Amino acid sequence: MKTRFDAIIIGGGILGVSIAYELAKAGLKNICVLERHYLASGSTGRCGGGFRQQWSTEPNTRLAMASVKRLEGIEAELGYQTEFFQGGYLIVAHSDEEVAQFRKNVAMQQRLGLDVKMVGPDQAREIVPHLDVSKIKMATWCPTDGHISPFLLTQAYANAAKRLGAEIHLWTTVTGLMKKSNTFFVMTDKGPYECNLLFNCAGSFARTIGSMINVDIPVDPYRHEILVTEPVERLWNPMVISFGIGLYTRQEKNGGVVMGMGDPNEPVGTCVGSSMHFMYEMSRRFTTLFPKLAGLRIVRQWAGLYEMTADAQPILGPVDEVENFYQASGFSGHGLMLAPAVSQLMAEQVTTGRTSIPIDDLHVRRLRGAQAVHREKSVV
Amino acid sequence: MKIVCRCQDVTEEEVVAALRQGATTIDEIKRLVRAGMGPCQGRTCRRLVSQIIARELKEPMAQVFPPTFRPPNRPVPFKLVMAEYERQEADERKKAAKAKGGKK
Repeated sequence: MKTRFDAIIIGGGILGVSIAYELAKAGLKNICVLERHYLASGSTGRCGGGFRQQWSTEPNTRLAMASVKRLEGIEAELGYQTEFFQGGYLIVAHSDEEVAQFRKNVAMQQRLGLDVKMVGPDQAREIVPHLDVSKIKMATWCPTDGHISPFLLTQAYANAAKRLGAEIHLWTTVTGLMKKSNTFFVMTDKGPYECNLLFNCAGSFARTIGSMINVDIPVDPYRHEILVTEPVERLWNPMVISFGIGLYTRQEKNGGVVMGMGDPNEPVGTCVGSSMHFMYEMSRRFTTLFPKLAGLRIVRQWAGLYEMTADAQPILGPVDEVENFYQASGFSGHGLMLAPAVSQLMAEQVTTGRTSIPIDDLHVRRLRGAQAVHREKSVV
Repeated sequence: MKIVCRCQDVTEEEVVAALRQGATTIDEIKRLVRAGMGPCQGRTCRRLVSQIIARELKEPMAQVFPPTFRPPNRPVPFKLVMAEYERQEADERKKAAKAKGGKK
């Protein structure tokens, strides 16, 4: 088995495989992805599968817009069906403070050229007929947002990367890192690997990987639970988000309604077990917003990890301490939707040293020390 | 055409195609072709899928990596979950009231 590569990517989630594909496409040879279990077995395969461009900070909005543009042609480029569907995103506001914040967000997003607008309760009901509009004041609506199957997108990138010569080694756990002159030595349970370029795409375990070579990556994992109902006839197309109630929900292509929520009491940790508390709380929140759907049956619940940074924005690019050690982590629950753009930018960074969208503001150094951070507010 | 997962209409050919793409476990098959994602949660297809994996990868059934089992055990409507929650809350309140009454 080959163990000497030009570039090694730690993590076989959406970030790892998409970066492998973009590097191979940019002309790099000898690329290898190391994955602890199987592809998309971490946060990627557990996520809600939405992609949206409606953010409260400019860097996130720019990245997301580039990402969606890229996703629109992804099935043709990678030659794989991914259940890509631009059903839109409806984000509902329950209070005057939220309406004020949303107006600010929409003004910023429109300035960047996004097709997004504020809609009243009646229009919101037209878009999502089962919504109890007495609970909402306004909503923001972007028709080019949507959702995609995280497994199929990961597999699409992985297959395309393999066709371009990249290798993917599954069931390989990284246990240690060392750098001697310009070579990284990557210790794994399957033996040592060597490379010149190293990418940390370990998601919730990015901090662990960084600490192996004494680089602090301030990313904290939090469990987020999610459930899905039995398949039913088409109810609505968009992803519906409420930051006030704290839930997001969408209907999958096959008819099941997927929903998840944020829990402010969740402690830091990598546990992905399911809880009864979530089932109660999710039922309460969902039926608050969709009282007509109280008879829907839950078939499965599971959980994944949000890898949170202090400002809920990703950590991208090189680090100051170790040369040629690139980071793409800390996506704070939004890795899938940003990956198509981020992977391209990472490839540009490595091959040309410059990126078409500036990512200097997302360098890890912003999170160190005591300066104030500009926090992304649109997070469930 | 042999149907393996009758909840999601998954055929044997689809499972084999997923294995050809590099999948080796029941969970990967589930993620790629949806076998085991329907109302029965893999009660029927789990064994069939692991048989196909064992046959295609030429390894004993015991070597096939076991899938994750997730709650709930049977499909449960939201209103039933809510009713159970309210019943437990009421029980708690009754218990608290009783404990208070006992102290007098």
